[in-house]
Amino acid sequence: MTDNRFHPFNLIRGLVRPIDPVLLGILAVLLGASFLLMLSASPERQQAQLVNTGVALGAMWVAARLSPQRLMNLAVPLYALGVILLFAVAAFGETSKGAQRWLHIGVTRIQPSELMKIAVPLMLAWYFQQREGVANLQTFVVAGVLLAVPVGLIVQQPDLGTSLLVAAAGIYVIYYAGLSWKLIVPMLLLGLLGLGAIVLFGDQLCQPGVDWHGLREYQKQRVCTLLDPTRDPLGKGFHIIQSTIAIGSGGLFGKGWMDGTQTHLAFIPERHTDFIFSVLAEEFGLVGALALLGVYILLLVRGYQIAMRAPSVASRLLAGAITTIFFTYAFVNMGMVSGILPVVGVPLPFISYGGTALVTLCLGVGILMSIHRHRVSTPD
Amino acid sequence: MTEFRSPDQELQGFRVRVVVSLLFILACFAVLAGRFYHLQVVRHEYFHTRAEDNRIALLPVVPNRGTIADRNGAVLARNYAAYTLEINPSQVRRLDETIDALAEIIDILPRDRARFRKILEESRNFESVPIRTRLTDEEVARFVAQRYRFPGVEVQARLFRDYPLGPVASHLIGYIGRMNERDQQRVEERGEAANYRGTDHIGKAGLELSYEADLHGTTGFEQVEVNAGGRAVRLLASQTALPGNDLELTLDVELQQVAEHAFGNRRGALVAIDPATGGVLALVSMPTFDPNLFVDGISTKDWQALNESEDLPLLNRAIYSAYPPGSTFKPFMALAGLTTGKRTLEQRVPDPGYFIYGGHRFMDHKARGSVNLHESIVVSSNTYYYSLANDLGIDNIAGFMSQFGFGARTGIDVPGEAEGVLPSPEWKRNRFRKPEQQRWYGGETISVGIGQGYNAYTPLQLANAVATMVNGGRLFRPHLVSHVVYAGSGVRRAVEPRPVRQIELDPRHVEAVRRAMVEVNKTGTGARAFAGAPYAAGGKTGTAQVYSLRGQRYEEGKVAERLRDHSLFIAFAPAEAPTIALAVLVENGGFGSQSAAPIARQVIDYHLLGRKPEQPASEDAEGADVQ
Repeated sequence: MTDNRFHPFNLIRGLVRPIDPVLLGILAVLLGASFLLMLSASPERQQAQLVNTGVALGAMWVAARLSPQRLMNLAVPLYALGVILLFAVAAFGETSKGAQRWLHIGVTRIQPSELMKIAVPLMLAWYFQQREGVANLQTFVVAGVLLAVPVGLIVQQPDLGTSLLVAAAGIYVIYYAGLSWKLIVPMLLLGLLGLGAIVLFGDQLCQPGVDWHGLREYQKQRVCTLLDPTRDPLGKGFHIIQSTIAIGSGGLFGKGWMDGTQTHLAFIPERHTDFIFSVLAEEFGLVGALALLGVYILLLVRGYQIAMRAPSVASRLLAGAITTIFFTYAFVNMGMVSGILPVVGVPLPFISYGGTALVTLCLGVGILMSIHRHRVSTPD
Repeated sequence: MTEFRSPDQELQGFRVRVVVSLLFILACFAVLAGRFYHLQVVRHEYFHTRAEDNRIALLPVVPNRGTIADRNGAVLARNYAAYTLEINPSQVRRLDETIDALAEIIDILPRDRARFRKILEESRNFESVPIRTRLTDEEVARFVAQRYRFPGVEVQARLFRDYPLGPVASHLIGYIGRMNERDQQRVEERGEAANYRGTDHIGKAGLELSYEADLHGTTGFEQVEVNAGGRAVRLLASQTALPGNDLELTLDVELQQVAEHAFGNRRGALVAIDPATGGVLALVSMPTFDPNLFVDGISTKDWQALNESEDLPLLNRAIYSAYPPGSTFKPFMALAGLTTGKRTLEQRVPDPGYFIYGGHRFMDHKARGSVNLHESIVVSSNTYYYSLANDLGIDNIAGFMSQFGFGARTGIDVPGEAEGVLPSPEWKRNRFRKPEQQRWYGGETISVGIGQGYNAYTPLQLANAVATMVNGGRLFRPHLVSHVVYAGSGVRRAVEPRPVRQIELDPRHVEAVRRAMVEVNKTGTGARAFAGAPYAAGGKTGTAQVYSLRGQRYEEGKVAERLRDHSLFIAFAPAEAPTIALAVLVENGGFGSQSAAPIARQVIDYHLLGRKPEQPASEDAEGADVQ
């Protein structure tokens, strides 16, 4: 048998084979939108974002080439490395903008919490694979501890946005692993009650001097600003006020690409990163915003489709969690930009500027592609 | 409670959970879609307006203030452009530190800081406040090079008001100053708030105040697109500002300067009027002040010096201070006697040197046997007028004199005029509270007859009365502005001479009084001052009592300077067809012939002959023996 691997045709086939064309198509639409919006919001960052996109697509391809089994073998080492690095950050980390998130390693600095967005769901998926068929309380308690350690470390940095995403990723795995509805429903209700209380008694809770146990002052301010942006129109409320003005002034069809006045006169803060959705809504209107929701729904449907045909328990859980995380990014981001959720630093997936988030997200897409390639053929 | 499940069951459970997730997701996205619909469709109008408000700013373009020039085109008030360093307090957190840092590159004196504090306290919100005015080009360059260090600090090119002649005619020109809250309120009450956007100076006194509406102009607007930093990025529309109208005065500033110079360092006032039009040729109040001090906001030190000076330089004596007219009242009394028929031209009145009324002896300085009307003016007889006042009665005197504008505001176009006092029983009833004070006594009428007693008129009233008499009885509203020149069109609108009334007078009576007044300057009490004049001028001296004589002879030297009598002189020239009528008052100047008449001589010399005196008018000590 001759080695055909370096035959040009086979080379291309080898490059293309791991790729799921449906996911790639959806991704292309999102990245294309990102490209257009970046030209309007921050053309000087166009170049850098193209490089970021290239790196992220490379990471996706690498992940797509790995088999789910190989991925699972990485779960424990990645998780262990991540937790060690998080402890290191807590001990020697660099403080920037009031939070200790970065770790210097030789020439560069890294943000270990970002790694955990992949490592935590991977670890939990691997763990439930080991406990396959044994859905007892002890299993879920251990899973809870595996999740709580890194989330706790990230919360105290403090980094609310990332800890939220890491916690969500872990909780999704636990949910898909079959946590009893008897536990889920009361917890959901409790959460809703808490939210309702904050909304109803926001005025009293937001008085200066009221201590919100477990949350930093700036996190309290974010929630309070959401409840009433006008309390600080030039400071923290400015972001929300200006982004809702941008969205609302866009109207049904928008002001047209490159013609958003809120965007081009710099009224929207962070318009290339967290607030890029308001650029879309201003320039393309309600039509553009709904179209984006539609594309995200396509992505999620495809993700769940892949999850349901996954070859193993672990890959099934992982695919489900990753897909739901995509939703979480999108919902939290659009919710905060349109003023129904507090401002937490969560980017709009595949569209916001920034290399780290894009690489993490594309790694997720790559994992989905890998799971898709090793799917069980449908019985019907 | 371990639960064992088959892989198939597990897959089934997983699928249920995926469907639940998908439903949850769709619900969440529906909430988002609803929110977008709310913002982008339901409240679109509101947010559209908000976005436009963000984007578009209406910037005022302040008009150039109109200039003021005299009848010959000499500029009295103008504008010049200069750079100021301004701080926007709403954008600067630590004011003191910023000013300290600025002081390292630009000279900032303690008085600049003091003025900055003062303006800051009075200023409207969100407006920038000057810390330094009139920067040199070098200072501008130094600041611009380091501008990045000073957010909220800007160099602005601004127009400044300048009064090139300094203290000359300052009382009538007035001055502008920074708008304070009261000015702002007044502007709002006039419905001019929009027109004053961006304007930070307003007329505070004199013509600058009374012609504010003409001088200010119409503010223009620039509609600009601004970015979040407030910087203008694009001009959308604009309307140019319409400069204020220029004022041309009836004033002859050279004459004004001659008059001011003639006073030397004495206090007093002079008003000269063109009898044909009521146009004011000179309006002097001494001492004067420099109106330029007020333009940038006057320093506390300068203000105290002006405000607390015993000489009251800020007081406009010409229109606000009322003095008894003394003997300058006699020509008007004579005219009253002739007009009412109480006296004839030839009638001689016995003059024993005194007049007895109600057991009281009213003194004259000399017994002349008898005097007629002509002589009574030339020698300034008191006895003649004691008896005339008695024959006329106070009601006739008040009725006749009020026609000449005595005791009423003339309506001159500078603000701050006083009424003066034309005494009458009615006036006394209104003036006093106690019944015994409200009663009019016959003896008081006698004093009024020689211009003493309750009589008190402004120099302006006196001058206008002289002008009215010599033009045959036409009373004008005196005015300083002859033309308003419209900036846009260049059209000159004349401020028409406005006759208030024509007084019924017999021309022969007027002529008789005028002839007597001309004789005053030839052989009478004005003769020494007008010795050698190549023209004929009418005049009348007067002395206003500061210190009550109470029937005793009054020795001037013994009285402290401030208690010396005020010296008065009224005049007109040339005698046959007067082009100038004037009234001079020198506070504590002694007899009228002594200080006031020589000043009138210098002013008329300049007006008729163009002759400028080198020295201020000298006090004529010899003139003391004639009244």
